[in-house]
Amino acid sequence: MIKVLNPGLATSVQDMGRHGYYHLGIPQSGGMDQLALQAANLLVGNASDAAVLEATFMGPELEFTADAVVAVTGAAMTPKVDGAEQANWESFTVKAGQVLSFDYLKGGARAYIAISGGIDVPVVLGSRSTYTLGALGGFQGRALAAGDEVPVGQGKGTAGRSLDASLRRAPGSPAEIRVLPGIYWHWVTDKSGAQFYADTWKVAPEADRIGYRFRGGHPIEFTERERPFGAGSDPSNIVDGCYPYGSIQVPGGTEPIILHRDAVSGGGYFMLGTVISADMDLIGQMQPHTPTQFVKVTMDEALQARADRTALIQRIREALA
Amino acid sequence: MESRYTFGGDEHVFCEVDTEMSLEAFFKSLSMTNAVRESQIRGVTEICPANASFQIKFDPDIIKPDDMLAEIKKLEVQAESAESSMDTRIVEVPVLYNDPWTHETLMRFRERHQDPSGTDLDYSARINGYDTVDDFIAAHSGSPWFVSMVGFVAGLPFLYQTVEREKQIEVPKYLRPRTDTPKLTVGYGGCFSCIYSVRGAGGYQMFGVTPMPIFDPQQQINYLRDFMIFFKPGDLVKFSPIDRDTYDAAVEAVEANEYEPKIRDVRFSLDEFNADINACNAKLEGALK
Repeated sequence: MIKVLNPGLATSVQDMGRHGYYHLGIPQSGGMDQLALQAANLLVGNASDAAVLEATFMGPELEFTADAVVAVTGAAMTPKVDGAEQANWESFTVKAGQVLSFDYLKGGARAYIAISGGIDVPVVLGSRSTYTLGALGGFQGRALAAGDEVPVGQGKGTAGRSLDASLRRAPGSPAEIRVLPGIYWHWVTDKSGAQFYADTWKVAPEADRIGYRFRGGHPIEFTERERPFGAGSDPSNIVDGCYPYGSIQVPGGTEPIILHRDAVSGGGYFMLGTVISADMDLIGQMQPHTPTQFVKVTMDEALQARADRTALIQRIREALA
Repeated sequence: MESRYTFGGDEHVFCEVDTEMSLEAFFKSLSMTNAVRESQIRGVTEICPANASFQIKFDPDIIKPDDMLAEIKKLEVQAESAESSMDTRIVEVPVLYNDPWTHETLMRFRERHQDPSGTDLDYSARINGYDTVDDFIAAHSGSPWFVSMVGFVAGLPFLYQTVEREKQIEVPKYLRPRTDTPKLTVGYGGCFSCIYSVRGAGGYQMFGVTPMPIFDPQQQINYLRDFMIFFKPGDLVKFSPIDRDTYDAAVEAVEANEYEPKIRDVRFSLDEFNADINACNAKLEGALK
């Protein structure tokens, strides 16, 4: 068990997600940066899909009631055991009675804290991930709060294992996010479509597990169309439909929003394309104000990027086997 | 009505059955998603029907996107010839229209509304040509609704009324979405009504609240024990206006875990509906009497 002395800003239990309920409005949830989540688990000897803590922008302060092996991946915030600094992307021991805390955030956005044995909250609809909007899964369906006592499973990790820097992945600056145009791309004028990719956007403060909003580019210009029955009056409105994970909607044509792991499953805004699956992890590590370039790719390029990411995860597995 | 297919990244096929809403488009979307489920195409991970569109999520490591698309398109012929009728259920949903909680909320967000001088009901009644709010409520609760999509957030039904298009209510969404909507608000946007399953952000006009929970992640409410979400696409709903005393009594029954929604099995045929809308609706509503 671990006692939460200070929860940080937004720390929640996440695993690799809850699949099969999106048609009822329940999104997959799970770690925003799944590569970092899996690496953290492998470092402490867990199954790669065990439940971990995802800490956003700021680390929690946790008191351990039993000895454990811990690893912190993803965002650069230095872990400390009773004040002694530890390395990121490396497993270390925390003894019963010791306190794990964090230095301030130096890079990235979300740290993954894996504990040997995994976070042992009840499995809900096939996953331990927290879906806050639906008060579902995780620790009592919500982010951690001070005073919570979080159950941890039995595990046996080894301290001192680390992951080589070449096997980590983080967004560059400016962040380049690859996009497959589609869905309602044909509603955007050619000129405006070219501008969307030419502009440098910035992550807005409204960036969370549901979606990332961007500002700073030109407004979208729409082609002339008849307004379809049932869609609503704005040129960006559609008859409410499904939203793919990673889809980019632009309500009112002004600020693009990329839906992430806690996506709203559908709604009435047009989408101009979708972030490729390989780059979803990177978005989870972007802070507000990060300059961002959207890069247009083909399906073949999207599949190649996916294969590259899968191969990277395989190399991580082999390195930590 | 011609379906348009497109990819949502490397993991989704998105199909717009029609650009505009109709019962025909909804039925086709539903029969396409049923056909995908039955065909058990390898690599399909999520099957999501929507109002006039649908989405299939798949694993491109198992099936190539172009092959996935081809498999889905093959089902079109079958789905088009599918009988436009279904065995389903009709549920009576009691509504306290013009309730104090949505009223407090809509006043709080008045500057985000098209018409800050009145209420959402006043505005919606006026722009749809009704003389009074009571007439408008009578229309909203006068004919059944199809659950044409479940989503946005967990368990939220989108509802499409089974009336002629010229009688369908249409309202815009708020100019800017609210950051708050009371739980179980009956809302309206475009040509759809909805019931907000949880408290949270929302952009639909607010007409009232129902005392009947439709989502329970704890699965403690007696009729949500088997599954936490009440509605599924294809369910029929009849709104029934109630007064404050009836609302309070229903809330008490919910709290005592003794509330039982009124549910009846019915068959809906699109051909019968198109032949005689009033007779079809009378038959559906008759099942609840």
